[in-house]
Amino acid sequence: MPHAVEIDTATPPPALKVERLAFAYPDGHQALYGVDLQVAAGERVAVLGPNGAGKTTLVLHLNGVLSGQGVVEVAGLPVVKPNLREIRRRVGIVFQDPDDQLFMPTVREDVAFGPANFGVRGSDLDARVARALADVGMAEHADRSPMHLSGGQRRRIALATVLACDPEILVLDEPSANLEPRARRELAEVLLTLGRTMLMVTHDLPYALQLCPRSVLIDDGVIVADGPTRELLADEELLAAHRLELPFGFRLG
Amino acid sequence: MSAGHSHPLHRPGDTPVHRLPAQVKIVAAIATALCVVSTPRDQYWAFGLYLVLLSAIWVVARIPPGWLAKRALIEAPFVVLTFVLPFIAGGPEVHVLGVAVSEHGLLTGWNILVKGTLGVLTSLTLAATTSPGELIVGLQRLRVPTMVVTIATLMLRYLEVIAAEARRMRLARISRGHDPRFLWQAGATARGVGTLFIRSYERGERVHLAMVSRGWVGAMPDHSTPARGIAWLSGLALPGLAAVVLGVALWP
Ligand SMILES: Nc1ncnc2c1ncn2[C@@H]1O[C@H](COP(=O)(O)OP(=O)(O)OP(=O)(O)O)[C@@H](O)[C@H]1O
Ligand SMILES: [Mg+2]
Repeated sequence: MPHAVEIDTATPPPALKVERLAFAYPDGHQALYGVDLQVAAGERVAVLGPNGAGKTTLVLHLNGVLSGQGVVEVAGLPVVKPNLREIRRRVGIVFQDPDDQLFMPTVREDVAFGPANFGVRGSDLDARVARALADVGMAEHADRSPMHLSGGQRRRIALATVLACDPEILVLDEPSANLEPRARRELAEVLLTLGRTMLMVTHDLPYALQLCPRSVLIDDGVIVADGPTRELLADEELLAAHRLELPFGFRLG
Repeated sequence: MSAGHSHPLHRPGDTPVHRLPAQVKIVAAIATALCVVSTPRDQYWAFGLYLVLLSAIWVVARIPPGWLAKRALIEAPFVVLTFVLPFIAGGPEVHVLGVAVSEHGLLTGWNILVKGTLGVLTSLTLAATTSPGELIVGLQRLRVPTMVVTIATLMLRYLEVIAAEARRMRLARISRGHDPRFLWQAGATARGVGTLFIRSYERGERVHLAMVSRGWVGAMPDHSTPARGIAWLSGLALPGLAAVVLGVALWP
């Protein structure tokens, strides 16, 4: 079919393209059953869904840490072995549990770890580290051990370790968990000022509404809804069918 | 200066010894240990001199003797061996305090004890003045194969993972009324060890994923500048002097 495909050079490829992605863990548990998702550059998308829906599993496919069947592309570059280094430079993942992410003796070294792996050196590196720590309001803790910080502080450092890599796409797995209300609000401000393509997994529905104009809802390894966050959250039947609830007293204003 | 990970063998500080590049210290420690083990066991004075040399380092690095002594206890099994050997080894006998012991065993025991102690003290000095992370970068700079460095990195990180996981599980157990002082509750601790293994394995895997996600390909980022001649010169002063002692000890 020589005429079927017309390549449109004017529109750039989507920042993120996931097609028919299926994945089973080695123990045989099928976590994803064909996920389709496209995210345009600059878009902020919330990924909602009950516990065990497959959100974290999906996230781990976006930089090739897990690889299942189907297609994952980042700005047109397929997530396959030869491209992994470039993919990981483009896609920054903040893990669900900061303890998985932090491991160097000091906060500063931990934040420097990523950019140093991508070849940043010297004063550029110092500037990146300082910038990332300032972004999350943790500059004064640079010389402490991440292991001696509180849960919320560790979460901020975990975010800084990824911000320092300066990724094009920021993927956050439950960024607001364990944060005090004020830190949660400040984090939202940081994320909004970054102006980056963003995918945010969260159980915090008001947070999704505040940060992400669009949401996708995953349950049992498939996307069951995709649309404007406000419309999705207004659909009580849909939420109830997938074990989601707005917090007590929360009104969609 | 932050405490870093409270690593039991590392003693953070900012002395000339701490500031020496790790690769220099690794080479110096290995060379010193080699000198010690090559010294004939009956050149008693040489071992005394080695100890003096090491003590000089401790003074510069501000490591208190008590701190070292506590950690040197890992060689306790050698000490036991030293005291047993004179009684079990054969050969000509000598009398010590009226007890007949094997001369060969006595010397063998002494040999193990003195070389073991000096070896342990040398390694402890290296570990005390060099953080685990620096050690890894030092190995890398010495062109140790990447595979070995990777394994060392992961082992270090996993040891911490396991220790942290064990702490968390212990807290969870005692918060629910478990008091491991009572013998009949030892079972919970024992079952915990199995769970600990699985949990550490899974967490270790997630840690590894997170490292890979930040572009890690097996080498630790290396921020240090290459060691200059002066660093090598001062770092190799210890093994240099040790070599002199060895030379004199071997002189026919
Ligand atoms: N390492 C693993 N081995 C086997 N099964 C796993 C593994 N990790 C997750 N699963 C399973 O895969 C499914 C999806 O898990 P996933 O972690 O993606 O859920 P999630 O949507 O992130 O949930 P949560 O909101 O609780 O974080 C779950 O049923 C889970 O039990
Ligand atoms: Mg999850």
